Amino acid sequence: MPKIKINNMEINAETNETILEAARAHNFNIPTLCHYPDLDIKSDCRICVVELTGQKGLVTSCSTPVKDGMEIKINSPRALNARKAITEMILANHDANCTACVRNMNCELQRLSESLGITKNRFENVLEEKATDESNPSIVRNTNRCIKCARCIDVCKKVQDISVLDFVGRGQEIEVSPAFNKQLADVFCTFCGQCSAVCPVGAIMEKDATEPVWDAIHNPDKEVLVQVAPAIRVSLGEDLGLPLGSVVTGKIVAALKMLGFNKVFDTNFTADLTIIEEGHELINRMGESGRLPLITSCCPGWIRYAEHEFPDLLDNISSCKSPQQMFGALAKSYYAKREAIDPKDIYVVSIMPCTAKKYEAQRPEMSLNGEDPDVDAVLTTRELAKMIKQMGIDFDNLREQKFDKPDEVTSGAAAIFGATGGVMEAALRSVKEILEGRPLEKLDFDKVRGYEGIRETEVTIKGEMLKVAVAHTLANARKIAEEIRAGTSPYAFVEVMACPGGCVGGGGQPYGTTSEKARERIHSIYQVDRLMKIRKSHDNAAVMNLYSNYLGEPSGDLAHELLHTGYTNRRDT
Amino acid sequence: MIEKKMITKHIGKIDPHSIEDYIKSGGYKMLEKALGMKRLDIHDEFEKSYLRGRGGAGFPVAVKLMALAQETAKPKYIVCNADEGEPGNFKDRYLMENNPHQILEGMLIAAYATGAKKGYIYIRGEFEQSMKTMKKAICDARKHNLVGPNIKESPFDFDIEIRSGAGSYVCGEEFALLESIEGKSGRTRVKPPFPTSVGLFGKPTLINNVETFATFPVIIDMGGEAYANIGTPSSTGTKLISLSGNIRNKGVYEVPFGVPMRKIIEELGGGVGEGRKIQMIQLGGACGPVIPEYMLDMVIDYERFEEFESKTGAGAIIVIDDRYDMFDILKRVSEFFTHESCGKCTPCREGNLHMLKTLRKFVDKRASEKDLSLLETQARVMHQTSLCGLGQTAPTAVISTLHYFRFGYLNRIEESTPEVR
Repeated sequence: MPKIKINNMEINAETNETILEAARAHNFNIPTLCHYPDLDIKSDCRICVVELTGQKGLVTSCSTPVKDGMEIKINSPRALNARKAITEMILANHDANCTACVRNMNCELQRLSESLGITKNRFENVLEEKATDESNPSIVRNTNRCIKCARCIDVCKKVQDISVLDFVGRGQEIEVSPAFNKQLADVFCTFCGQCSAVCPVGAIMEKDATEPVWDAIHNPDKEVLVQVAPAIRVSLGEDLGLPLGSVVTGKIVAALKMLGFNKVFDTNFTADLTIIEEGHELINRMGESGRLPLITSCCPGWIRYAEHEFPDLLDNISSCKSPQQMFGALAKSYYAKREAIDPKDIYVVSIMPCTAKKYEAQRPEMSLNGEDPDVDAVLTTRELAKMIKQMGIDFDNLREQKFDKPDEVTSGAAAIFGATGGVMEAALRSVKEILEGRPLEKLDFDKVRGYEGIRETEVTIKGEMLKVAVAHTLANARKIAEEIRAGTSPYAFVEVMACPGGCVGGGGQPYGTTSEKARERIHSIYQVDRLMKIRKSHDNAAVMNLYSNYLGEPSGDLAHELLHTGYTNRRDT
Repeated sequence: MIEKKMITKHIGKIDPHSIEDYIKSGGYKMLEKALGMKRLDIHDEFEKSYLRGRGGAGFPVAVKLMALAQETAKPKYIVCNADEGEPGNFKDRYLMENNPHQILEGMLIAAYATGAKKGYIYIRGEFEQSMKTMKKAICDARKHNLVGPNIKESPFDFDIEIRSGAGSYVCGEEFALLESIEGKSGRTRVKPPFPTSVGLFGKPTLINNVETFATFPVIIDMGGEAYANIGTPSSTGTKLISLSGNIRNKGVYEVPFGVPMRKIIEELGGGVGEGRKIQMIQLGGACGPVIPEYMLDMVIDYERFEEFESKTGAGAIIVIDDRYDMFDILKRVSEFFTHESCGKCTPCREGNLHMLKTLRKFVDKRASEKDLSLLETQARVMHQTSLCGLGQTAPTAVISTLHYFRFGYLNRIEESTPEVR
């Protein structure tokens, strides 16, 4: 174990540890900017420089391994001055109109500048303003705020294996951009939004939908419905000052009512519905030697990815709409009819952990009347937190409320949709029990839980062995999809989620989401499931009532019209 | 005569396009000799020679060679850095265009000693003639069973390919160069790990300068100890000097370490033009320090050079006479680095432009004392915190002139318009 000294304190560091890791393990704070827990060490920003006794230059603590006898001075005058000057240089080439930025008071650069005591910049402003990319429904890129930390490039390349973003140009003119300076809408971006979640500043963000939502809320002629995705209830609290992993379902309902939504529904209800539809699809395909494996379709990032990268596998993907879109379709058909409201007067809002959901809602096929989208606006977790703050709601002290009917009845199977492996487990619970015709002995399918990039298990249903797999992140999805393409895939059913950890780690989740945090949220999600009275989708009486009162048979004609969709080969466009 | 021709001894006597000429003059004999030696003995000779890398950083060559030899990961690569982009340097081109086989022979010896099977020569994109000459040399060597499988009927295989640069200065930096060979844009990598453990395509790689490889056959020929007797204790052997600027006889000269610069300038370079005086000298190239005339008695020596905040072993001497404005020169140097910065790390990406802006104020006589202090901060921070050699050495000219020509800065502030002062 290397013995080192940090700021004159003797420390036993771990072998192979970096200076930064050793310092943090012993409660020394070294500021960083380009560093991000799950991503590569880049040492680009040079903020974390420290002085080593006996060395002329400064070294970056994020990339320098500790060595026995090392004497580190984190805040020597040289290190501190350098850190300050580097920060000033960044600020001199940054649109620092902080009060007009989505990251105001939640910005890593702002915090750094504040902690270094920068009150004025010695360096001349050299920012050359460039146009903002607002070409797509999900993500806005404002390069004027970009500090070239390369986190977004890394996440797009290493986590998603897509590499839509990279550095273009060199020197002072370097820019993070799609190839040939195209806009995101014109390249193959899946809109997963992981880039926006890791951006330390306001250079990449979701396209703001709070304004149209406020407009709808304040429009007395509109019936404004809101649905809340499974992953929101374990993450929103973090953005509102609550501990990591807090389950805040009832408070979200209360807050949404206070914001002025007419009805607050639970996407978990349509998640249960998804399981019924997708479960029947799987049963049908298994029976009549249909095309297998069946691949889940809840994740719009994955869908767009498949449409571009694996158009030959589109027939493998379940035709079920995602729970968000099932909700939208039902809101503008079933709900409109039941409440006798013109669908044109219904405004549907979703709260999603996801930026790709904004894109999904605007897909032309996601419209019953061919004009208006079934889901009118999609807000990310972060945007909802912003609205709650805008209204000055004391979130922590809200009295919990229940979702509106019929969505107050949901199952644990729907709750776990938010975690990687959740859709698979929910489907297995239903498919196995329905096919075998007797109650499951064990509800937990432990093998599909966890955080491994690809997990597989075997399930025996009516004596027949079924191989299934779960993949999260698009890099892992690619591996499975390539196997399927090659015809070597042994699986009957595959779940794919584009984001690390599934929706709990979605691109619209609170800033600073890491695998560690995603795991915490997953833990909370399984607790929600464990405490539910109903834990299987087909045990949800409200869903089954919907079939008997309105939809008819699962997989039936009306169900198909409302709840299923198709995909487009985007490879050659 | 202060010249000592060891690595350039065949130049001018053989046709660089004729492998037969090279072989007749004893070429590839040292490869044969090496193939007959135990690998450890070869390392031993290099260690005794105390040869240091000729690309500029002056890293002990034997250490790198041994590190690569001890790596177990395969394949291992040998990379010859021929991206001679440093302004004022032209000795690698001189070697490539006048004696290409000696470079190949050096690479072959390194490959044999370390167990590498594949080599690349990364040649600066503008060096068309060098590229042609080296290509022909490789083809000829392949025909003579000196490159390729079972070299000289031994079990030793080694192939060499050429890669062309595309005009980027930073690709001369070892990691940016490796990235470029891999087909990526030329931006440096985080270090550690260093190339000998994780280099080209993630594999162990020895990367050395053209001149370094050209020295290998010389060391095998005369032995490490004899080589170490030439030069000074800290800097053994000879060095190619690219002499340029306001000087009569511009060119490449091979001298032993320990020769005073004044002798090189006066005896080999023939001094400055009629009626002119030397104002300053820039050592090593655009990235090197600018020193005053009175320091010319300093000898060429790694340790001596390291006293400047720069490593200047590439061996350029650029003489500037009294006709030029120091700030105009500094501005040009700064423009060069602003253009060539890869943009990856903050201090280099942002710092170069700020430094250039400040220098322009000195050129235009708009400078204040505040600008002087700002320039010092900019230069110091870039030097101390940049990721690669480009950013670390881009401010060397400024740092050195702030030291040796401070009066020039103060005078310029005096001359500046009163409003800015």
